[in-house]
Amino acid sequence: MTASAPGPSHGREVAPCLLELGGLQVELKIGGRPRVVVQQVSLVLGAGQTMGIVGESGSGKSVTARSIARLLPPRARVAGEVRFDGEPVWAMNRARLRRYRACDIGIIYQDPRAHVNAVHTVGDFVTEGVRDHPPRERRDLAISALQAVGIPDAERRLKQYPHQLSGGLLQRVMIAAATLPGPRLLLADEPTTALDVTTQSEVMAVLAEQRQARQLAMVFITHDLDLAVAVTDTIAVMYAGTIVETGPSASLHECALHPYTAGLLAARPQPSRVARLISIPGRPIAAYESGPGCVFAGRCAHAQQRCLEVRPEPRQFGSHVVSCHRAGELRGTLHEALERA
Amino acid sequence: MTALLEVEDLHKVFRVPDGKRASHGLVAVDRLSFDVPAGGSLAIVGESGSGKTTTARIIAGLEAPSSGLIRIDGETRKPLPWARSERARYARQVQMVYQDPSTSLDPSQTIESSLDEVLRCHFGRNRAARNRRISELLDQCGLDDRHRRRRPRSLSGGERQRAAIARALAAAPRIVILDEAVSALDVSIQAQILNLLASLRSALGLSYVFISHDLGVVRQVSDECIVMLGGVAVETGRTDDVLTEPKADYTRQLLDAIPRPGWTPKPRTSPGHTAGSGQPGRG
Repeated sequence: MTASAPGPSHGREVAPCLLELGGLQVELKIGGRPRVVVQQVSLVLGAGQTMGIVGESGSGKSVTARSIARLLPPRARVAGEVRFDGEPVWAMNRARLRRYRACDIGIIYQDPRAHVNAVHTVGDFVTEGVRDHPPRERRDLAISALQAVGIPDAERRLKQYPHQLSGGLLQRVMIAAATLPGPRLLLADEPTTALDVTTQSEVMAVLAEQRQARQLAMVFITHDLDLAVAVTDTIAVMYAGTIVETGPSASLHECALHPYTAGLLAARPQPSRVARLISIPGRPIAAYESGPGCVFAGRCAHAQQRCLEVRPEPRQFGSHVVSCHRAGELRGTLHEALERA
Repeated sequence: MTALLEVEDLHKVFRVPDGKRASHGLVAVDRLSFDVPAGGSLAIVGESGSGKTTTARIIAGLEAPSSGLIRIDGETRKPLPWARSERARYARQVQMVYQDPSTSLDPSQTIESSLDEVLRCHFGRNRAARNRRISELLDQCGLDDRHRRRRPRSLSGGERQRAAIARALAAAPRIVILDEAVSALDVSIQAQILNLLASLRSALGLSYVFISHDLGVVRQVSDECIVMLGGVAVETGRTDDVLTEPKADYTRQLLDAIPRPGWTPKPRTSPGHTAGSGQPGRG
């Protein structure tokens, strides 16, 4: 990034700042060649706040989350800054990194079954973050952690193996394990996507409860804009490895300013009404497939010549930050299009 | 108007391989009956373990029911196993589209040969006619001749599902079973495929049996719906009525669980009342 005064970054500047991404760029080897998958991502998250990162496949949302935990493949090239509590994560030494991953952040993945060790008991898994405590204490910690996430009969569950638990129960075990060491930030990467809706509701309730009780900040990665709106304070919408719009969740849902956000809202079928869905033509692209202009220009109904040629800078519009040349003039009209739908 | 598809008293019990419970078995579908009129669209809604996919597989002839009848156009279908000629005839009545097109299409076959295989089996040797029909099918599904020589791997998720739909339509069925056919797709692509399915239905007069867990999707694509829980239909009716004025508690629970602005997630009041809560559910 240049040394000049930074433009508005995506996210509300609320002190104290816990997590800060500045001009994050990630290249991964895909098909033998290094390819950009995340570009110029800047975010700010205050302590105790929740931020949703919403995007379709290839938008770079999971890679962004993984670079916060520094869990990218060894050949990945990362530029820009990831700061946790002011400390650059990508400069941590091995011992510090281990402590950071074990105690400062907690991670919850989409598919709990793929992220637990199938040959270890639930008790072993839950207490992994507090291995240096004496065994008796560990057991008590584990029991209270399982009880806190609403698992009845915690003592029996400790001795069970993952295959003996249902998906919803296992995801609660994941939440218990992630929150047990007392982290300050939770990274939840599509934590309920593999679950049924009623189970999703339960798991989200447990997650909200734990967050409030422990004053946890959360980065919530999801493809489901409606879910993100319901459970987060702010939302960053990602497309092709860049953030196209950020804003307070409720406001983003009511009046999206970026054509892609508006398109996502219009494309989502609702149980409350029947309408011919307004689909976005084409398919989602990855960052390395984008041209010099706006990443969304190829699919945007409002694109003009300059959208194809010049990459828009993030600009502030009220409480939103939008990367769109035409955000000002389109303001209001995107919303009307949704109303008509 | 007579129904095109009639399902009567469908019952399916799976034998549980574990010795202890072998005597009972697992009741996947419990005395289910419904009709689908010609050109109609019926959705079967439920969570994992509700028996919706088992129902779909039985109608498609992939699974034998423990008891019950299936009638198509007034004719009672023979029980499995079918002779070769029967299988072909039934395949021209009912086709199925699956959730994940990357595993339901043969990865080594081009889209063209994948479609041609079906056409050869059902409509004979006239190569030029088959070729014309392939173009027509691709066009109907929003693909074109450039996709003929491609393999599933080189297509995007949306294009792959379009190809899977084209393959299902190749047999010129009257009933198409869509088993979570849009669940694995991105939102912007999902809308494209839902719109495609709506136009195909009106253009070709197809009947759909739409299996889904997503009430938003169900609202867009179906006239009637059945809400299933643990193999039992807990509510049946016109989709508009069921989703705006649900009668069964479970339907209400499902609707309440859908996230929206201002939504607060609710912990379940009575723990462990769904069928699959003790063990991992079936897809």
